[in-house]
Amino acid sequence: MQADDELWSAIADPSRRRVLDLLVGNGEVSASWLAVRVPFSRQAVSKHLVVLERAGLISRRKHGREVLYQVEADRLDQATRAMAELAAQWDRRLDVIKRLAETAHADAKKNQGP
Amino acid sequence: MPGLTIDREVMIEAPVEVVWRTITEPDQITQWFADRVDLVVKPGARGYMGFGEQGGPVVVEVVDPPTRFSFRWNENRGGEPAAGNSMLVEFTLTPDGDERTHLRVVESGHESLDWPDAEKQRYADEHQGGWGEYLDRLAALLGKRQ
Repeated sequence: MQADDELWSAIADPSRRRVLDLLVGNGEVSASWLAVRVPFSRQAVSKHLVVLERAGLISRRKHGREVLYQVEADRLDQATRAMAELAAQWDRRLDVIKRLAETAHADAKKNQGP
Repeated sequence: MPGLTIDREVMIEAPVEVVWRTITEPDQITQWFADRVDLVVKPGARGYMGFGEQGGPVVVEVVDPPTRFSFRWNENRGGEPAAGNSMLVEFTLTPDGDERTHLRVVESGHESLDWPDAEKQRYADEHQGGWGEYLDRLAALLGKRQ
C-alpha cells in the first residue's frame, strides 16, 4: 500500500484541501488564479502547491509565461483506495472482536446454566 | 494533529466487560490484530506486536477499564512510538444495557506537528465529515470533470 506520510499530511491540511478542491473543480489553473479564491496569501498558496506536488497529488506545466497546476487523478485515486482499504481492515478486525466477545458471552451463559 | 484518521464502529451483543477482555488480553489480541503480542496492559507500558515476519514496538497510552483503551504502534518505522512517528489506536466502549456494547475504534497518525492553532480548529471542524467522505467527494468531482 502506497500510503506514506507525505501523502496523508499533504491532504490533511485544511488549506491544502481547499487548494486541492479548487484544482479538482477547475482543471488547470495558475497560482495567481488560486490566490484570489482562497483566504490566504499568494506566498502561502505557493507553499501549499509545493507540498502537494511533492506528495504527487498535483503536477505543473509551463504555458507561455504562466505555470499551470492540475490534479494527478491517479494519485488521488490511489489515496482514496488506500483509505478505503484501511477502513475495511478495521471493519474486519471489529467483526472478529464481535464474534469473539459474543461467543465468550454465550459460552459463559451456557455454563452458568438456567 | 492527525494526518490520517479512520473511525469505525460496531454493536456487539455482549456485556462491556467481555468486550473489554477481548480487546485488552494479549491472547485475544492475537486473534484480531497481531500474530504475536508481547504486552502488559498498563499505561506507559512498552511492548511488541508482530505481524508475520514484520512487527514493531507498541506503547500503551490509556487504560481505563472497561471503557477506554489506547496504544501507539509503528510497524516498520522503528524507534519509540510517539506522536509524529506512529499510529494511535483508540478504543471506546459504551454499554447499551447489560447485554450490548457499542465499540468504536479510531486510528490516527501521520501527524504534522507544526500546525498553527487556528488551523487546528478549522481542521477539527472540517474533519467532522471524515476522511473517507472527503476523498470520496474529490473522487466524485474528478469523475464528473473527466
